[in-house]
Amino acid sequence: MKKLIVGLAGNPNVGKTTVFNQLTGMHQHVGNWPGKTVERAEGYFNHGDYEYQIVDLPGNYALSAHSIEEIVSRDFIVDDDSDVIVNVVDAANIERNLYLTVQMMELGANMILALNMNDFAKRREHFINIDLMSELLGFPIIEINAKKKEGIEELLNTVEKQAANPINTSEKLAYGAELKEHLEDLQELIEKDDELLDVPSIWTAVKLLEKDSIVIQKVQQSSISSEIMVEVDKVSKHLYDIYNEGSEEVIANARYAFIDGLIAEAVEKPEVEKPTISDKIDRILTNRILAIPIFLVVMWVMFQIVFTLGSPMQEFINAVFTQWGEMAAAAIPNPYIASFVQKGLFCGVGGVLTFLPIIFLMFLCLSFLEDCGYLARAAFTLDLVMHKLVGLHGKAFIPMILGFGCGVPAVMATRTMEHESDRILAMMLIPFMSCTARLPIYAIFTAAFFPDNAGTMLLVMYLLGIIVALIIAALLKRTLFKGMSAPFVMELPTYKLPSVKGILIHTWEKVKGFIKKAATIILAAVVIIWVLSIFPLGVAYGSQQSILGMIGSAVAPIFAPLGFGTWQAAVAIIAGLLAKEAIVGTLGTLGGLDEDDEEGITSLVHDTFTPLSAFSFMAFSLLYIPCIAVLGVIKQETGTFKWPVLMTAITLVTAYVVTFLVYNIGTLMGFG
Amino acid sequence: MVKTLKDVKPGETVTIVKYHHCGDIELRRHLLGMGFVKGTKVHVKKVAPFGDPIEMSIRGCDVCLRKEEAENIEVI
Ligand SMILES: Nc1nc2c(ncn2[C@@H]2O[C@H](COP(=O)(O)OP(=O)(O)O)[C@@H](O)[C@H]2O)c(=O)[nH]1
Ligand SMILES: [Mg+2]
Repeated sequence: MKKLIVGLAGNPNVGKTTVFNQLTGMHQHVGNWPGKTVERAEGYFNHGDYEYQIVDLPGNYALSAHSIEEIVSRDFIVDDDSDVIVNVVDAANIERNLYLTVQMMELGANMILALNMNDFAKRREHFINIDLMSELLGFPIIEINAKKKEGIEELLNTVEKQAANPINTSEKLAYGAELKEHLEDLQELIEKDDELLDVPSIWTAVKLLEKDSIVIQKVQQSSISSEIMVEVDKVSKHLYDIYNEGSEEVIANARYAFIDGLIAEAVEKPEVEKPTISDKIDRILTNRILAIPIFLVVMWVMFQIVFTLGSPMQEFINAVFTQWGEMAAAAIPNPYIASFVQKGLFCGVGGVLTFLPIIFLMFLCLSFLEDCGYLARAAFTLDLVMHKLVGLHGKAFIPMILGFGCGVPAVMATRTMEHESDRILAMMLIPFMSCTARLPIYAIFTAAFFPDNAGTMLLVMYLLGIIVALIIAALLKRTLFKGMSAPFVMELPTYKLPSVKGILIHTWEKVKGFIKKAATIILAAVVIIWVLSIFPLGVAYGSQQSILGMIGSAVAPIFAPLGFGTWQAAVAIIAGLLAKEAIVGTLGTLGGLDEDDEEGITSLVHDTFTPLSAFSFMAFSLLYIPCIAVLGVIKQETGTFKWPVLMTAITLVTAYVVTFLVYNIGTLMGFG
Repeated sequence: MVKTLKDVKPGETVTIVKYHHCGDIELRRHLLGMGFVKGTKVHVKKVAPFGDPIEMSIRGCDVCLRKEEAENIEVI
């Protein structure tokens, strides 16, 4: 068996993942690129004498140094020992797709072009002369239909042939005479240093003219760097004098001129494009008047599917594990082991599994909306609101809405945004959307103090969360995320019928990722809380004498300026890290009540809080650390502990400051 | 006054003349990648319900841009 490493590259939405799924089926592994928040899907399969390792590269329009996704892709082509790059191209949009192809040619990638979406091209009456185009490009083009799995066999055979006889695709690249001449001068200079020749010299020359920071850094290591940089400056100035444009623009023009030449020779298309089906659908879906109601209905349906359908399943899993835990505990004679099995193991595993139904349902909905093309339209419709209000991408709407249900699927939903900075900023705001786990807290506290204004109080809490999120967003945009804002420029892909197989595989991969990565963090947290509650051995579980109780007593004074400086409140807040609904139950058990004795807990709360401190406690519960599950899933999505740690810091400080203001201003105004 | 892509009415087709150099360089790189180069025809299709962004068709693809981004592209 011979090993073959193949990368799938191309613009977004051209069918890369569909090809990937067709080839690998379930034999895939979805993780992150080392140290990046960019998803890396890798799969394995055998074909003939070959053992394939195939990587689904991020969808890109270019290969510049300014986006992590693009850097990851070009590093894969340059550094990794990839044998062949399969460039998946949308035949109906071949012109724009070739721009990336041309850049991979500059890299001299050993490339094959897989021409996909031919059904759309035919419908638009675009005819591509494949033989001619292939001859002009200097490498093979294979017509495929990724969805119907047509042409895949031929593609693999070509890959195997070309792995044995690599093609330097930079050879047929031809830029206009003026630019070519200057590039050649520059190339000649670059070629003097062998260290720079791991990539074709044309790539280095072009990237230097494009002021690519990574390539400039690399060239600066060279012994002849000053000579090269002087020449680069000279050429840039000269090009500016001739074209009155920066060298980046001159190069982009040259690439498109090359592409226009190819198209003129090898593609036939109607003079005037007829309206596509997508245009007709868009007359309704992005219609001035209908767009917003339609969006609201879509969101409502999605919310219902995920939470109204998912919650009973969640409760069922919870109930089953609680019962099993009790049964197991009853069967174990040693009380400590029994307690560990019940409160550590069964609670922990149950706590992880309860998230599965909603994650599963959320990804079904989200993949469908994304693959069919509606998600981009929703972002188009709502971008103004998101952008003006929070400085976020239009696509951030969906995670925010899901956040009112549960933060875990909401964090996972941020992945539809292409840029890392958009994704992370959205994640940082999700905890302030009041999720359903906070409802039991509001229910008990409003019943105890504001029974006549329960609805208003609820609304106040939701609004408080949103307003705090807006303030935090504004602060983050001006500090940590300063200058990180990515341009909006978004493609509206043609509407397509998504493939069921693709959606199921994607959903399964995400659920699997959650079980493998986030689950360990959740389980560990449950066990830690159990240890803190049971030791020193002999004390009542979670009582004032337990370690947890001692910690509670120690930190209680910190909460005193917020109005609730009791050790019980402090312990409940710590227990709430596992899941916010645990706050209410913990207050109950610490008061000697059953954890689901709602009436008892309500009157206990009524006796131990004042209206103002109750309000302040609700606000703190809303704003502090979302819960371990959300932190775990952020670690899973970003691949580093940096962001969950930062979120912990931000939410703790925010919760403290806001609650402090609420309680003390309230006291001054005489509500105490 | 020079006309920019921001001023184009839905239904109109225009040709790109150049970029304003005060514009964000990242943005320009991004736009170049999407095919917004000198001499390219852009057909503006519609404006989003809230008045921004703008949807346009360029080189056979539908792309949307915020007005603050479209403002940097000079057209005739
Ligand atoms: N009609 C048609 N649809 C396709 C074809 N290939 C892929 N699709 C669909 O196009 C959508 C986007 O494909 P995907 O593989 O996710 O694109 P990626 O962004 O490049 O990974 C999915 O809904 C696919 O089912 C094709 O050849 N014809
Ligand atoms: Mg994909």
